[in-house]
Amino acid sequence: MNYEVVIGLEVHAELATRSKMFCGCPAVFGGQPNTQVCPVCLGLPGVLPVPNRRAVEFAIRAALALNCAVASVTRFDRKNYFYPDLPKAYQISQYQHPLAKGGYVGIATPAGPKRVTIQRLHLEEDTGKLLHLPGGDSLVDLNRAGVPLMEIVSEPELSSPQEARDYLMQLKAVLEYTGVSDVRMEEGSLRCDVNVSLRPAGSAELGNLVEVKNLNSFRAVQRALEHEVERQRALLEANRRVVRETRHWDEASGTTFATRSKEEAHDYRYFPEPDLLPLEISPEWVEQIRSQLPELPGKRRRRLVDEDGLPEHDAAVLTASKRMADLYDACRAGYPDPKTVSNWLMGELARLLNATGRDLSQVPLTAEHLIGMWRLMDQGVLSGKLAKAVFEEMFRTGKDAATVVREQGASQISDEAQLAAVVERVVAANPKVVADFRGGKEQALGFLVGQVMRETRGRANPELANRLLRDQLRPG
Amino acid sequence: MEDVEHVMKLARLDLSAAEREEMRRQLSDILEHVAKLQELDTAEVPPTYHVLKTREIWREDEVRPGLSQEAALANAPRRRDGCFQVPRVAEEF
Ligand SMILES: [Zn+2]
Repeated sequence: MNYEVVIGLEVHAELATRSKMFCGCPAVFGGQPNTQVCPVCLGLPGVLPVPNRRAVEFAIRAALALNCAVASVTRFDRKNYFYPDLPKAYQISQYQHPLAKGGYVGIATPAGPKRVTIQRLHLEEDTGKLLHLPGGDSLVDLNRAGVPLMEIVSEPELSSPQEARDYLMQLKAVLEYTGVSDVRMEEGSLRCDVNVSLRPAGSAELGNLVEVKNLNSFRAVQRALEHEVERQRALLEANRRVVRETRHWDEASGTTFATRSKEEAHDYRYFPEPDLLPLEISPEWVEQIRSQLPELPGKRRRRLVDEDGLPEHDAAVLTASKRMADLYDACRAGYPDPKTVSNWLMGELARLLNATGRDLSQVPLTAEHLIGMWRLMDQGVLSGKLAKAVFEEMFRTGKDAATVVREQGASQISDEAQLAAVVERVVAANPKVVADFRGGKEQALGFLVGQVMRETRGRANPELANRLLRDQLRPG
Repeated sequence: MEDVEHVMKLARLDLSAAEREEMRRQLSDILEHVAKLQELDTAEVPPTYHVLKTREIWREDEVRPGLSQEAALANAPRRRDGCFQVPRVAEEF
């Protein structure tokens, strides 16, 4: 039987505010345990939460960038459960009256562009962190408890693991462009839970839903979904039932496993948070935030395609991260050829970022470095081959291209006299190949050019080497 | 009585048989009362989100000093490495 895959995503993004959602404790990463806490976020008796205006503003900004309708009145609710990461025994969240509803994210699919509906976007507070000790106890650090968090829930409209990944990439890009979150999956400022089910193709009824947690990278999201789709397909084809449950992704084994979970675990007994007033969001405030929205990834992608003539794919890759898109723009401001810029950013730069596991903010490379290097190449001072080594050095040290070329002696040999001496040596050392060439074997020349390059450690200007060799070997 | 036992579990309460019976009676009274209220036609009445008619109070996004680690952990029955030490709860939420 043919099955249809139905996937929905629940994304949590920590907002990049200075202070927490309901108290003045710092929201930054990295403090010693329990040093960014106060009576409010510790859940001590007799305190009152006060909402952070900027957190609400960030959430509205994100909602508008995701094409959502912002509510004129929004309210907080208590989500009740017992777990040591929450000292109050409830989390302040939003249930019945979320901040925003009904947006969308556009993705590209093989069948054409697709709009994935965002069901809701709401505010809540993050929980503390638990460290499980081998002896059976847990250690609790409440520095993250109360950090503002935004939950963004998609409708179950994604029909493949690839679409889910693309949706998440696009969502991440929007949040990064609007500056509301650091969106680093590895550090946990962006988190993603997925739910996935299979149903016979054409059937309107959803199959039993499985939720998968612990997805710490884009790759994990895609791999976990691929695994889960196959697992469910195998069950259905063997006429067995898919159990409605929460499963945990295990990166090492590349599989999901069921977590023990009681039925009443998901009865959160939501009720309106009595300590907070409903928030009235004026249309003026919303319009003011809308007027300050930056150029969003979709629009930027169009600009790269329409004005710079880049292929759709290249434009999508370059605009997926704001830093990369900004670097592209800065390069283009000083260098006229879009294709050269995009090739280097998507090629060598992406390769080195991947290999070193860093992102652009962590490397000293700037647009000026790249522009300097391309100019040296255009002037014939630097060969394409050596440029890669020069680039790597700039990437590593932040030195400019001219300095690196000087230090590495990497400048191209375009001086005829200097290169002619090398050519003579190569001709003398390879009599047999020379004879082959003179005998009409044209490919032999390529070998000789290669030898010249080798002698000069790649610095010879290849066109010049080629011409000098031909001159030398021309029958007397 | 099923509802009472369900809520007991959720709230981690351990009630005696007599207490359960009393809870069952009180809960039914409350539910009956609310059911009666729901008979009213409120189509024309704007919803009350909160009984206070004040405007919302905001906090600007400014960091304020909180408690020291020592003060935060002062009442913890057990602590270790600057953290609260608690019995492990295996349940995942
Ligand atoms: Zn606090």
